[in-house]
Amino acid sequence: MRHIISIMVDNKPGVLARVSGLFSGRGFNIESLSVNETLDPTLSQMTIVTRGDDRILEQIDKQLNKLVDIIKIVDFHSKENNYIDRELILIKVNVDDKKRSEILSIIDIFRAKVVDVSHNCYTVEITGDEKKITAAINLFRPLGIKEIVRSGKAAMSRENK
Amino acid sequence: MKIKGAQIFLECLKNEKIKVIFGYPGGSVLDIYDCLYDSKINHLMARHEQGAVHAADGYARATGDVGVCLVTSGPGATNTVTGLATAYMDSIPIVVFTGQVPTKLIGNDAFQEADIVGISRPCTKHNYLVEKTEDLPRIIKEAFHIARSGRPGPVLVDLPKDILGREVEFKPAEKVEIRGYKPTYKGNVRQIERVLDEVSKAKKPVIYAGGGVILSDASKELRAFAKKTNIPVTMTLMGLGCFPGTDPMSLGMIGMHGTFRANMAVTNCDLLIAIGARFDDRITGDINAFASYAKIVHIDIDPTSISKNIPVDIPVVGDVKEILKSALEVLKEKNVKKPARKNWFDDIQVWRDKHSLDYKMKEIIKPQYVVEKIYEVTKGDCIITTEVGQNQMWAAQYFNYDKPRTLLTSGGLGTMGYGFPAAIGAQVAFPNKTVIDIAGDGSIQMNIQELATAVEYNLPVKIAILNNHSLGMVRQWQQLFYDKRYSHSTFTQHPDFVKLAEAYGAVGLRTDKPDEVEKVIKKALSINKPVIMDFIVENEECVYPMVPAGAPISNMILL
Repeated sequence: MRHIISIMVDNKPGVLARVSGLFSGRGFNIESLSVNETLDPTLSQMTIVTRGDDRILEQIDKQLNKLVDIIKIVDFHSKENNYIDRELILIKVNVDDKKRSEILSIIDIFRAKVVDVSHNCYTVEITGDEKKITAAINLFRPLGIKEIVRSGKAAMSRENK
Repeated sequence: MKIKGAQIFLECLKNEKIKVIFGYPGGSVLDIYDCLYDSKINHLMARHEQGAVHAADGYARATGDVGVCLVTSGPGATNTVTGLATAYMDSIPIVVFTGQVPTKLIGNDAFQEADIVGISRPCTKHNYLVEKTEDLPRIIKEAFHIARSGRPGPVLVDLPKDILGREVEFKPAEKVEIRGYKPTYKGNVRQIERVLDEVSKAKKPVIYAGGGVILSDASKELRAFAKKTNIPVTMTLMGLGCFPGTDPMSLGMIGMHGTFRANMAVTNCDLLIAIGARFDDRITGDINAFASYAKIVHIDIDPTSISKNIPVDIPVVGDVKEILKSALEVLKEKNVKKPARKNWFDDIQVWRDKHSLDYKMKEIIKPQYVVEKIYEVTKGDCIITTEVGQNQMWAAQYFNYDKPRTLLTSGGLGTMGYGFPAAIGAQVAFPNKTVIDIAGDGSIQMNIQELATAVEYNLPVKIAILNNHSLGMVRQWQQLFYDKRYSHSTFTQHPDFVKLAEAYGAVGLRTDKPDEVEKVIKKALSINKPVIMDFIVENEECVYPMVPAGAPISNMILL
């Protein structure tokens, strides 16, 4: 099972190494990871996407909790989809006169943005959930993708309605 | 008034009531050593940093206080890694202070620089690099707090040289406030009641007690609980002494080299109460066959231990002592009568009658006999440390530990070379107690240099070498599972241990005759100096009973 785990940690040097070291040392895997400072500059937020059965996830949760620098852990899987997650992707697509209009229409459909232009290449920015990002990549692929950079996930629980 | 970081360091140790430091000087910590020159804090200089950190660990295990170790940067720091890992696996509270190159040089591959915070991260409970002299009081206070609270463990504090040299105003840290660290001590009352409910229903219960009982100082409570509920107790290697080994309700040690009755009782029980133990592979063998008919209760302060290896039916997270106290109160309130459990004790008696630890001796000394004689001569009133291998298992099997903190052994990591420096640490803590390291001829050579330390500081530690001219446990596995192909496990060249002792200024005794064993032990105990007793024992003796690795623990090879 795939899980998105959000971890509140002390914003101190070495904390990322503690977390990643725990995952590698105990044979857990990290699919993606993003870290950023929060509103409170003494805290950072890590979002980790990982895989494992219930027993492994229970261990991941407990082992993370045991680290002194970790303050809070939320496994969004237990929130029954009551959360929002987004990724950002930058894609360099090859452009020539024949392809230009198709590329622009894909950009339009995905509400993406061209953020840099050269004579034979567009750099496109797309944000969205994983499905949307993957769909966009699949459409751009036959047109010739030069390079892709994908951020880790940012995830947040929804407010009660 | 402004004082140097090095002085602040020593002031902080004083505030923590630290009486002794086990250390080894070097360039990066010269400021501290300069302050130690006039300080009242006792400092023992080991002969190798590994010796220093194991001695601090032995001190901690023998007393329950935090052991302190101080070493220099680079190789000084890396030499403590085995000691840190040893303490980490066995949850022993120590704080290791390492020197570091000046802040400005960190990352420059400077002379004697090592990224010890990075290196020690997976084998410490927590670690720190001090970046400002002003932070010293807070970090040192936190380090001791983390080492001794919750599930204890080693903490490392890395001290760059300029931090120690700078002068600042000394403001002692008042209290510890760590956002992400709040261990649970009190057990959930509902869970405790569920446990007692199961206890009243169980026909064949067993308590399986580990090192956590000792760490939590809960031996008294454990005994009261076992007596009140009439449940027999088996112990892990780390738990030996937490319940009296001579008590008829003791089943002895469980696991790979446990007693037949302990392994059979656990295999057949209907309720297993694990207390401060962690279902290590050397205990469980094949996990599918481990206590497979039993409801499993697990009392532990560390939530990660629960359901890690074996699914647990009733977890109780918290301090063992607190939880047992609450359980005893509930039993008292409800006025629960002590159940007889006659059939269960009859079953156990049948397994006990197997006498799984019996052996026969002819003209060559059996190593088991040496351990038994040490027990007889000392009447058990001593602290035993062990190295690792056959010597460790025999020391566990043939000596009855009636009190906690009387067996100091590297259970989790299995560190050869641990026992002798640990004995030094224990002897420093208890100068008037008899401290004996039960050693092998292989292990003792791993930290033999500490003989100089023992002699210098008049620490009359005794070493009993069970000399079988081999790395006995390695050889035993080769004997049993590798067609006796003794690849690099037997010694053709040994030092003369008697002369070696003498060279260091200690005393050496040797015998190869069974009828001299007792005499040698008595003589060694009468000498107020470190003594090596070199017992030439049967070479191919094996540790029995034995469960092959990965097999069910009821599948014992008996002699």
